[in-house]
Amino acid sequence: MENKTNQHTNPTDFEVRSLDTMCVNESELKHPWYYNLKYSLVGIIFGIVFIKAEIISWFRIQEMFRLQSFHMYGVIGTAVVVGAISVFLIKKFKVKTIHGEEITFTDKKFNKGQILGGLTFGLGWALTGACPGPLFAQVGSGALVVLVVILSATAGTWVYGKFRDQLPH
Amino acid sequence: MMETITQPWPWYTAGIIIGLIVPALLILGNKHFGISANLRHACAACLPSNIPFFKYDWKKESWNFFFVGGILVGGIISTLYLGSGDDVIVHPDLAKELASYGITDFSGMVTKQLFSFESLFTVRGLVMMIGGGFLVGFGARYAGGCTSGHAIMGLSDLQWPSLIATICFMIGGFIMANFILPFILHL
Repeated sequence: MENKTNQHTNPTDFEVRSLDTMCVNESELKHPWYYNLKYSLVGIIFGIVFIKAEIISWFRIQEMFRLQSFHMYGVIGTAVVVGAISVFLIKKFKVKTIHGEEITFTDKKFNKGQILGGLTFGLGWALTGACPGPLFAQVGSGALVVLVVILSATAGTWVYGKFRDQLPH
Repeated sequence: MMETITQPWPWYTAGIIIGLIVPALLILGNKHFGISANLRHACAACLPSNIPFFKYDWKKESWNFFFVGGILVGGIISTLYLGSGDDVIVHPDLAKELASYGITDFSGMVTKQLFSFESLFTVRGLVMMIGGGFLVGFGARYAGGCTSGHAIMGLSDLQWPSLIATICFMIGGFIMANFILPFILHL
């Protein structure tokens, strides 16, 4: 897939951003803020599924890493299959957004961070029993103490940003 | 009908809906499914401290804040109106292991015996919440994404670096859950 580089984005910034799951092809359209509420709606559905399928449960994550339950493997596996079919169809039929913009994909580049950072993330995931998305749903479920976990995760992100140049990539 | 909703949902229902979030975000505005980036945007918004990694126009990424805000609200709605109020069913082997550490409360999905403001002041709670949170935030950004960005979005787009990241997430989790966590839970 060809990537349409944004004229306002300088090349180095593009590089950094594409490594970090950020929206590299930001919309050229100017919308009022409430247009973002449609993403909140998707988030609400996501949050409900998180709770109802117990994906935010610390126990389900422990069972997954102890191979005691198929549940989480089933959830992630099904999601990937459905996601992959959707992406395939979007690319094949060149589906556009509801605002008529092109849907674009950026190839991820390999670097050592995916290994070292991936292992670090995994260690943390088994401790908290939640990856970043479920953390927010856990707060919603009434576990307000998880706000501390989110704060600590934000601190971790900040420390990574601070020492990024010294870390192997 | 209500019975089906209040009981825990099976993996295929959850998997299909989560998988559909990928095209939903793409079609709504060419947005790539990813959650940990929010933590970066929060740093960029609140404490950029002249660090190049946080110097960008985070406002252009504000859709992501709306997205996680929705997740939080979804959590509230689901807990208040769609729950059954039953204990979480835990695998007998896990329940037995946890009982040996004194963890017997399965009333919430986040067990209060580990995750509560009181346990925040214990060594065990501190390591699990502060330490765990830090590793999640640091590792996700170092890896360039978390479970959503790599394992779901990246794999859906057949990106092999995402496959490597996902495998490493799992290896890290296996090591922690089976070899390190037992010592931490003993604290």
